[in-house]
Amino acid sequence: MIAEAGHYALVLALALALIQSTLPILGARWRDPALMNIARSSALAQLLFVALSFAALVTLHVTSDFSVVNVYENSHSLKPLLYKITGVWGNHEGSMLLWVSILALFGAMVAAFGNNLPLSLRAHVLAVQAWIASAFYLFILITSNPFLRIANPPIEGRDLNPVLQDIGLAVHPPMLYLGYVGFSISFSFAVAALIEGRIDAAWARWVRPWTLVAWIFLTLGIAMGSYWAYYELGWGGWWFWDPVENASLMPWLAGTALLHSALVMEKRNALKVWTILLSILTFSLSLLGTFLVRSGVLTSVHAFATDPTRGVFILLILCIFIGGGLSLYALRASTLKQGGLFAPISREGALVLNNLFLTTACATVFVGTLYPLALEVLTGDKISVGAPFFNLTFGPLFLPLMIAVPFGPLLAWKRGDLLGAAQRLMAAGALALVAIAVVWAWARGGSALAPLAIGLGVFVIAGALTDLIERTGLMRVPFRSAMHRARGLPRSNWGTMFAHAGVGVALIGIVCETTWNSEYIGSMKADATAKVAGYELTLEGLTQRQGPNYSEMLARFAVRLDGRLLDVMTPSKRNYPARASSTTEAALLSRGASQLYISLGDTAADGAIAVRIYYKPLVLLIWFGPVLMAFGGMLSLSDRRLRVGAPRPAKVPRALQAAE
Amino acid sequence: MTRKKRRLSLIGGALAVLAVAVALILNALRDSIVFFSTPAMVAEVHIPPGKRFRLGGMVEPGSLVRGDNLAVRFEVADGSAKLPVAYRGILPDLFREGQGVVAEGALDPSGVFEADTVLAKHDETYMPKEVADALKKQGHWKDDYSKKPADRAGAQAAVHAVQDGQGVSQ
Repeated sequence: MIAEAGHYALVLALALALIQSTLPILGARWRDPALMNIARSSALAQLLFVALSFAALVTLHVTSDFSVVNVYENSHSLKPLLYKITGVWGNHEGSMLLWVSILALFGAMVAAFGNNLPLSLRAHVLAVQAWIASAFYLFILITSNPFLRIANPPIEGRDLNPVLQDIGLAVHPPMLYLGYVGFSISFSFAVAALIEGRIDAAWARWVRPWTLVAWIFLTLGIAMGSYWAYYELGWGGWWFWDPVENASLMPWLAGTALLHSALVMEKRNALKVWTILLSILTFSLSLLGTFLVRSGVLTSVHAFATDPTRGVFILLILCIFIGGGLSLYALRASTLKQGGLFAPISREGALVLNNLFLTTACATVFVGTLYPLALEVLTGDKISVGAPFFNLTFGPLFLPLMIAVPFGPLLAWKRGDLLGAAQRLMAAGALALVAIAVVWAWARGGSALAPLAIGLGVFVIAGALTDLIERTGLMRVPFRSAMHRARGLPRSNWGTMFAHAGVGVALIGIVCETTWNSEYIGSMKADATAKVAGYELTLEGLTQRQGPNYSEMLARFAVRLDGRLLDVMTPSKRNYPARASSTTEAALLSRGASQLYISLGDTAADGAIAVRIYYKPLVLLIWFGPVLMAFGGMLSLSDRRLRVGAPRPAKVPRALQAAE
Repeated sequence: MTRKKRRLSLIGGALAVLAVAVALILNALRDSIVFFSTPAMVAEVHIPPGKRFRLGGMVEPGSLVRGDNLAVRFEVADGSAKLPVAYRGILPDLFREGQGVVAEGALDPSGVFEADTVLAKHDETYMPKEVADALKKQGHWKDDYSKKPADRAGAQAAVHAVQDGQGVSQ
């Protein structure tokens, strides 16, 4: 009954989406406010029905109703409640349902909070949003229905892939989808602006908060996923340039560029056409990511589905929306008016530079991700493009960008003073040189480039602080009045500072981890001791334990530093009988921002166990950086300017402009 | 500065960055891509020792030998040829005899494949895509290697890569 109700609710949501995708557009054509307002109520109703559908699937998973194929294949009655719930989106059908739920949520939010939007713009935005929604509802209903029943229900389910039975699954996919799907809003706004043939600074002011929300979630989602892979997969890596990871990195890079170009558009009314294009490209890359992950064209850590009909269907959606969006852009972009002028050396110029490097870096990731697929289709050759490719392309492009980051906020709008900015960055530069010298003197081994890269990270952080010091006048005016000024600064300035500093923090973490990572791999018997980076780890013994749906072998390691007992670490190896598969649960011990990491291998006949131990210096900075970036984004979002929204249009009802 | 000049300088800058990017990509594609091969393809085409490639196939049942200090040797077969593989490190959770495997490394002068990375699958019904395709092409594909089509929707495949010290430091 519940399954049928959920299915039916989804069909109703599709019907609502079809109404929402047509009537408001007609309403805008005929200047009929009643028809345009349908968009608002149908967007809200759509959310209601999708939420009902999603709730139905959650209920089925929680109650372990194995007469539903999706539950049978991905759940087990003994699975802990948390994983029964997260298992809903740990599979293809459920994750697509989550995707459309989030899409409906964003649509409903525009409907609910978009009261200050011009009526026709809102109608167009919500209609475009409904086009996307309709396509994906059809996709779910036709190719990936999560509510299908089995004729003869089995007694027990096949359990969720053990790797996915982790708290990471509760957080990572929803975060990532909030980011991916959030960019649909800027896409809809861009397409609506092209349809209306009108775009202004107010448009950017509406788009920027939505882009920012999506960007914050995507940043956190990627960081979370990286940390999850790091501790769950058991080999201590945090980024593999795996196509699925690249699929989320590409919209992030484009989205970051969009965030910055929308700023130019909002403040200076320039770069309009480019901002529209970026909005379309960012969401296109999100769709591409969905295609890569959901169609099964890749085989990698996260790709679950392997059904070609789905691939073709998503490819069709991809072609229609990307092709349609870009064609509309090609047709209509020239009608948009040009914006303000600026000199190459100016805040705008710096933001253009940022966009140039971010999109080019994004393009290299695109090539590296899709080239093997294209080559296989064209020639049948199978190649793998791994980390070396990306280190050689992405790295050199990111380097000049990093050097430029501190200069941007110090340059004035319209016409900037590069020399003046450089002078104000002298202190930051000096700090970076000191850092390079110190690291050079201390570090043993590793690449000669590592100290330089750390110096660059310090420069970025110090540069971000310089901007703040300049704005508050900390060194020039009395401390008290500087504090007063700091409180008065717009939150977006603080946001910029945190976000830029986060980039530097992450860079330092990445460099330290990859350069000075030490490891021990060997087989250990009880009471054996391994030495890693000055720490002594003694295997005290192995014990067996029974979990709810698995059995587990725990190893106890006593960790000593200079003979003093610090802590006990217990990595384990779990065996899940329902799938006859096992997972490695790594044990982590944080020492400041550094971590000790133990994961277990096979047990030999003589009782010795294979052990892999890492000491990863400053590894936590890799994820602390993105968290800082997201925090900066949140500060920006809470800025009064965005909170208040665009100034209301003049009382005179704005006459709708004809399409041309 | 006029609008036209500004636009030209923008386009010029963009082209310069793009040119650099294209040069970087071409350079990287020449040096850092890795081809995929099966034992039969290795037997046919002479691959010079030291050239990195990915080897895929089935782990030959009964061929796994564990040595001292985490050294392992096993044979990878694809139905028509076999190739001995040497690896030092911890094998992935789901590495098993008779199942699909992908290893990355290079041949040594004696013809043994020295792997520094071994990838195996997470689901006993799943086979790495390259291996399945290669076996199909050579006519050694058996239906029981893959899931029954009805089950395929639930296939939750995940490739598990394991890198040992060599893999990380290279």
